[in-house]
Amino acid sequence: MILDINYQLSKPSTCSPVSIELKNVTKKFGETTAVNNVTFSVKEGELMALLGPSGGGKTTVLRMIAGLEMPTAGDVFIRGQRVNDLSVQQRNIGFVFQNYALFKNMTVFKNVAFGLKIKKWKRADVKTRVAELLNLFGLEGLERRYPHQLSGGQRQRVAIARALASKPGVLLLDEPFGAVDAKIRQELREWLVTLHNELNVTTIFVTHDQEEALEVSNRIVIFSRGMLEQVGSPREVYEQPANEFVARFIGVMNVLEPEVRDGVARIGELEFPPHGQAEGQKLRIGFRPYAVQISSDVAQHRYRAVLRRTFFLGVLLRVELELPSGLVLRARMTKEEYAQQGMEDGKAVSFQIRQYRVLAGDNAGLAPEGELSDQAAPTVSGKLGVA
Amino acid sequence: MKKSQRGTEESRVMKWALIVCALAFCFIFLLLPLVNVFVQALAKGWSFYLQSLLHPDSWAAIRLTLLVAGISVPLNVLFGLAAAWAIAKFEFRGKSVLITLIDLPFSVSPVVAGLMFVVLFGLQGFFGKWLDAHEVKIIFAVPGIVLATVFITFPFVARELIPVMQATGTEQEQAALSLGANGWQTFWHVTLPSVKWGLIYGIILCNARAMGEFGAVSVVSGHITGQTDTMPLRVEKLYNEYNAPAAFAMASLLAFLALLTLGIKTLLEWKQARAEKLIVTSQKVDGHAG
Repeated sequence: MILDINYQLSKPSTCSPVSIELKNVTKKFGETTAVNNVTFSVKEGELMALLGPSGGGKTTVLRMIAGLEMPTAGDVFIRGQRVNDLSVQQRNIGFVFQNYALFKNMTVFKNVAFGLKIKKWKRADVKTRVAELLNLFGLEGLERRYPHQLSGGQRQRVAIARALASKPGVLLLDEPFGAVDAKIRQELREWLVTLHNELNVTTIFVTHDQEEALEVSNRIVIFSRGMLEQVGSPREVYEQPANEFVARFIGVMNVLEPEVRDGVARIGELEFPPHGQAEGQKLRIGFRPYAVQISSDVAQHRYRAVLRRTFFLGVLLRVELELPSGLVLRARMTKEEYAQQGMEDGKAVSFQIRQYRVLAGDNAGLAPEGELSDQAAPTVSGKLGVA
Repeated sequence: MKKSQRGTEESRVMKWALIVCALAFCFIFLLLPLVNVFVQALAKGWSFYLQSLLHPDSWAAIRLTLLVAGISVPLNVLFGLAAAWAIAKFEFRGKSVLITLIDLPFSVSPVVAGLMFVVLFGLQGFFGKWLDAHEVKIIFAVPGIVLATVFITFPFVARELIPVMQATGTEQEQAALSLGANGWQTFWHVTLPSVKWGLIYGIILCNARAMGEFGAVSVVSGHITGQTDTMPLRVEKLYNEYNAPAAFAMASLLAFLALLTLGIKTLLEWKQARAEKLIVTSQKVDGHAG
């Protein structure tokens, strides 16, 4: 789709490249703390994802930026201006609700024109602007339809057009892809990226789908239980997760708890250096599926396993390895590797773990990735945690 | 009629017996008396019919009834909207008490309702002395009739609106606020249109009851001919005065108003059903769109 709209942001009050800033923001609903001392900022023109499991506080953060909820403590800034005391009407934001909240009794045209009429735009200007938006969003010819006469994807586009109509400084979307089916979801994601690139309006969206966040956003803010876990680019949060929660939430991770015996941390057949843990203590080890190197030559790597199951996910395949001790690990292979090595379910393989991390606690920082060579030592039993 | 394919269905004879029973019951107890009212009313011809309706005392009763309905219906629309809004959109202490209170007029006998007002505002009543001293007349006067009618018709609008408003939720209103609308604009452009049908339905029922109420109004009105007689009271009075044709004429007018109300209600329901059907059809047509 060609986006040729003339979208002009209303002039920022300062020249600061920061569009939105939250400083030590806390929100309590009665006794429950929904958002706990959160601080982060969003740059002008950025496409930011607020990611986390449901109940993580991300929607509350979005609603506080919009002015639909007021923070219990802390400050919210939009373009350098403290907006704590400004109502939603005064904040110049566009908000897209999870179920779109289109006005059921109004046509597509009236829905999109609503904000403009409220702001007393001239009738001719309203017409031009709405036509421009409907054209941009591929909704021409649907002006007289009512929301219930539209498909899920069309409804979402009407909702975004309505939110953008009066040229807000910030576009906020609450679970924008939650209400449509998987096939349209993918199209809409790509569409949102294209739209954002063309309009360059600061956009924040809430999602619980890590894949969606990784694919769509410039930067991701990760929440869990009301706390901010990490802010970073998709690559940063994937490759350098700040803690175990992030590591497990973004992508798949094998997590093991080997116990130190005779100076070696052991679980099943696997062995790791003790990393300073005393005899008899446990330590937590995490590694990504891609860190597991597999060979069909059972003599090539140190550990033996049976390829238990293969999941075809496209170019990359996910495989489950079962060790003689019963441990199960997740690994990844490309289609080519899989074919070249003549893999199939039930085949005996050998493998090694190329990289791993020592995990501390849920919220403590992660140690840098360590290397594990084929030369490490013998065995013990234990249990496996797979993220 | 198609033969039933389902084993659980009653036999044809049973089915028809039930239908005939129901129809016969409706005919004897509902339709026949109603038709009789009109037949009796017109027994002495159209001119007598018109004359008896235009009799000054009857005409006064008609005007009073319209006046009372004209005051109490808007009052209860306002109250119903406010109560339904509060109940559907906010969480507050005493919400369940309020819901129960709204239903009170349905459970209290209208005569008791009337007596409550006499006890409160009558000469011997709670505020009686004070009202008398300030020359405010409530009982045996129009204000009392309005009060009693408002009480009796209290639940209709609120009861219709609460489920509709609860089902609509608050997201559309929040969307309107985020687009810059103030509270009043949100109410006018978003809330009100979305509960339109429930509201109209509530008003119709409220109006029907306001015009037809007998018990409570009878207690507070004092039956002063030409002054505090409403249509139902006038019907009773004429009947007791052995002026059956005039009583039936007045009764037929009341019945006509009730039928009109029912007719409007049915028309609205039909229109709404048709609108929904249109939506379904157009969705089928557009099924592949988007």
